Amino acid sequence: MKKRELAALIDVSFTLNRGERIAIVGESGAGKSILGFSIVNLISKPGYIESGSIKLENKELTTMNLRQLQEVRGKRIAMIFQDPMMTLNPVLTIGNQLVETIRSHTNISYKDARNIAIEKLHNVQIASPEKRFDQYPHELSGGMRQRVIIASVLLLNPDIIIADEPTTALDVTIQAEILQLLLTICQDNGVALVLISHDLGVVSKVAERTLVMYAGHIVEEGPTLEIINDPQHPYTQGLLNALPQMTIPGQRLNQIQGSMPSLAERPSGCAFHPRCPYATQKCKQEQPQFIYSGVSSVACFIIEDMLNEFTDTDKEAL
Amino acid sequence: MKPIKKDLIHPIPGSRWNHILSGVVGDKLAMLALIIFVFYCLIALLAPLVAPYDVSDPAFMDLMNSEIPPSWISGNSQFLLGTDAQGRDLLSVILYGTRLSLTIGICAVLIQVTLGICIGLVAGYLGGRIDNFLMRCADIQLSFSNMMVAIVFLAIFQSLFGMARYQQLAMIILILVIGLTEWPLFARTIRASVLAEKQQEYVDAARVMGISSKRIMFRHILPNTLSPILVIFTVQIANAIVAEAALSFLGLGMPATEPSLGSLISEGFAYMFAGSWWICVIPSITLIILILAMNLLGDWLRDHLNPRAYKD
Amino acid sequence: MLIFLLRRLLQACFVMIIISVISFSIQDKLGDPVQQMVGMTVSPEERNQLRNELGLNDGFLVQYWRFAKGAVHGDLGTSYYYKEPALDVILEKLPATLELAFCAILIVILIATPCGVLAAIKPKHILSRLLMLISSIGLSVPIFIVAILMVYIFSIELNIAPSFGRGQTTEFFGFWESGLFNKDGLSHLLLPSLSLSIALMPIFVRLIRAEMMDVLQSEYIRFAWSKGLSARRIYFIHALKNTMLPVITVGGIQAGTLVAYTILTETIFQWPGMGFLFMDAVSRVDTPLVSAYLIVVGGIFVITNTFVDLIYGLFNPTVRLASHGL
Repeated sequence: MKKRELAALIDVSFTLNRGERIAIVGESGAGKSILGFSIVNLISKPGYIESGSIKLENKELTTMNLRQLQEVRGKRIAMIFQDPMMTLNPVLTIGNQLVETIRSHTNISYKDARNIAIEKLHNVQIASPEKRFDQYPHELSGGMRQRVIIASVLLLNPDIIIADEPTTALDVTIQAEILQLLLTICQDNGVALVLISHDLGVVSKVAERTLVMYAGHIVEEGPTLEIINDPQHPYTQGLLNALPQMTIPGQRLNQIQGSMPSLAERPSGCAFHPRCPYATQKCKQEQPQFIYSGVSSVACFIIEDMLNEFTDTDKEAL
Repeated sequence: MKPIKKDLIHPIPGSRWNHILSGVVGDKLAMLALIIFVFYCLIALLAPLVAPYDVSDPAFMDLMNSEIPPSWISGNSQFLLGTDAQGRDLLSVILYGTRLSLTIGICAVLIQVTLGICIGLVAGYLGGRIDNFLMRCADIQLSFSNMMVAIVFLAIFQSLFGMARYQQLAMIILILVIGLTEWPLFARTIRASVLAEKQQEYVDAARVMGISSKRIMFRHILPNTLSPILVIFTVQIANAIVAEAALSFLGLGMPATEPSLGSLISEGFAYMFAGSWWICVIPSITLIILILAMNLLGDWLRDHLNPRAYKD
Repeated sequence: MLIFLLRRLLQACFVMIIISVISFSIQDKLGDPVQQMVGMTVSPEERNQLRNELGLNDGFLVQYWRFAKGAVHGDLGTSYYYKEPALDVILEKLPATLELAFCAILIVILIATPCGVLAAIKPKHILSRLLMLISSIGLSVPIFIVAILMVYIFSIELNIAPSFGRGQTTEFFGFWESGLFNKDGLSHLLLPSLSLSIALMPIFVRLIRAEMMDVLQSEYIRFAWSKGLSARRIYFIHALKNTMLPVITVGGIQAGTLVAYTILTETIFQWPGMGFLFMDAVSRVDTPLVSAYLIVVGGIFVITNTFVDLIYGLFNPTVRLASHGL
């Protein structure tokens, strides 16, 4: 068996402003989750960050040692994971798992920490939080557990919450509730949110700005509403068309032809070109650069050409 | 998503041996373990030719020669590894002992495999009540350790037959007892594999084609459960040899007149306080190296045949 | 909880019945009590009469029923060699065996847990590699060879600790002879318990390592890291507790192995416990003692298994004991 190093993220760059809610969208395998985990250096082994820089208020996170990282994790940047059934430790009580977070970052007494935890459980609309406090995770439903996780994330009033597919594993009815809860909590506390999702419908309800990822690259970035109303990149268009809401009832669902390439067989040029209906010879050879289309920033030669044509005709008119 | 077409034809087991063989050559430790095992098998097979003395010769046992240290200490090149308390050449006795230990180990595991495969296939394929009953039996059998069960039964047999008669039958009884006590391990593994394989499309395809369940079990499912069996087989031979040695050590196994490695060690232990350490230590080392090689081989097979296991 | 205990009790009864049938068959088939009682000079008629009086000519089931009734009342027959009730002879040796097993288990828990954890959290560290190498070799060294080596090194060559017997003991509550509370007894305990624990150690080190590595891959551990907890808290509170669950189960399964190993250890060190007594009884064809040993061991077995299940239930909140019992 040969061992090869493969890059999961290439040239990904973005900024997050205080209190801003952004979304990272893409199919599974696009590198969204790795992006989320790499922010607090939690990529599962043997993965690692080869180069690049991640800054929190000018403090470099990638070069921090474990102790410094522990100060950031949970306190400044907190994470919500995909599957609430797997996220809580089955052998520790809910209260135990909440209190330990507070106590490992501050010098609050157990009693006060308990009060804070119960208050936060109350904030995420859990009924009878005192009772829940002493229960084990398996005694709670999935939606309830995700609420507990959100409560645990809020304990230390972090600056950023990274939510990796927070509603994917939940029932549809509960999805909306949890999403609404997440939104109100971010708005009320002024917390910045990085929402990772494959579902543009989910994203549109919460995020102000959206980044679309494909095969380790960001292909489009811009305000969520603009992107949804007027998608520029062919991939974003495909994603939007694939939403069931976009299909006329009775017709087949629109889908993007083909599937996401694996890390090992990423094509040259624009990674999307084998699936792109507009691909040209240039797309197969060169990597497109970001350009502002008037709606969003896009990395696509088609858009670039169209814009160039546009400006050329303008010039001719002059 | 698995392509369905591939599932319809079951994987060809023939290529597995090539796969294993090429893997062994690539791994130095596995190669070494394999060489040691083959070497042991060879000397066991060829013991009558290799051994410097004939153990069945009455003159072989000569009390005049008793407790001579190994040649590098005594300088006596007549006995390379020295002699034991009865004046037997230790090298010859060890060669024959290895032969006995390996024979008992392999035969016992063959019984285990046969029983395990039959019970496991039946339980896994038929399912339902039969499965429930058989697996409950396996649970109970497993919860008593095999060593414990073997000790009890050998003790009973020994009292039943009397010492002299028992010693004549010792080898067969040992093989039977060790063979019959550890079938659940194989049965469980096979059952689990059968349950997994039953879901595969090729089994459905075979059934749709009207092939009888017996044929499906032996021709289609069994070849695909061979990998885990091979792993357990290797480790179990090591375990069976250890069990035999332990039982012989307790005096429940092979008699001193026809010693296996275990009885040699047991016999030598008595002379250790008198300073004749080699009678005990050299057979012990022989045994440890054999077991170590088998375990290494088993470990390597497990890692190699199951890519999901940890690499480091 | 009640259902769990009931099911356990049912299973225990089943196991005990099997064991008692086996031990009864031993007594029935081996050794003729009449011969033991009267010797060769008595005529066949008189013997037959005696057989009738003793009920030896009754059917198998009738005799077994009588045996079982006696067994329930603690009457397992009289040892031929000691001329005392077999159960008393066995129980007299029980403390020695229990102390040996207890010390060995204690050593295993105290050493195997940190070793397994270290090997799991720092798999590339030189120490963990060394540890895995040693445990691989240790797995291949049979227990009696470990014991022989211990005797050779510590007793014959270095002369640090005695290699046989139990040494001085102190009596407690009138029946428990303990060697744990004086220096001589402890020094005699050293080599046997060490051998026993070394034989069990590799299994547990490897098991704890494998389970711990599995647990460390899980989502809840990653979540714990994302909360910024200290490494110590994650390893020893979050991961270790989950690691120990399967380890406890395997520990229960190993109880039988432990009994077999005590027989080997006791034989080598001439430790005056039940195992040593058992081997003696086998070589003397003292059938009542052999069958009494089987019944006592079966009882210990049932008790340990129930105990292990109870501990498992305490450790694992997701298992309601009622739904767990075998």
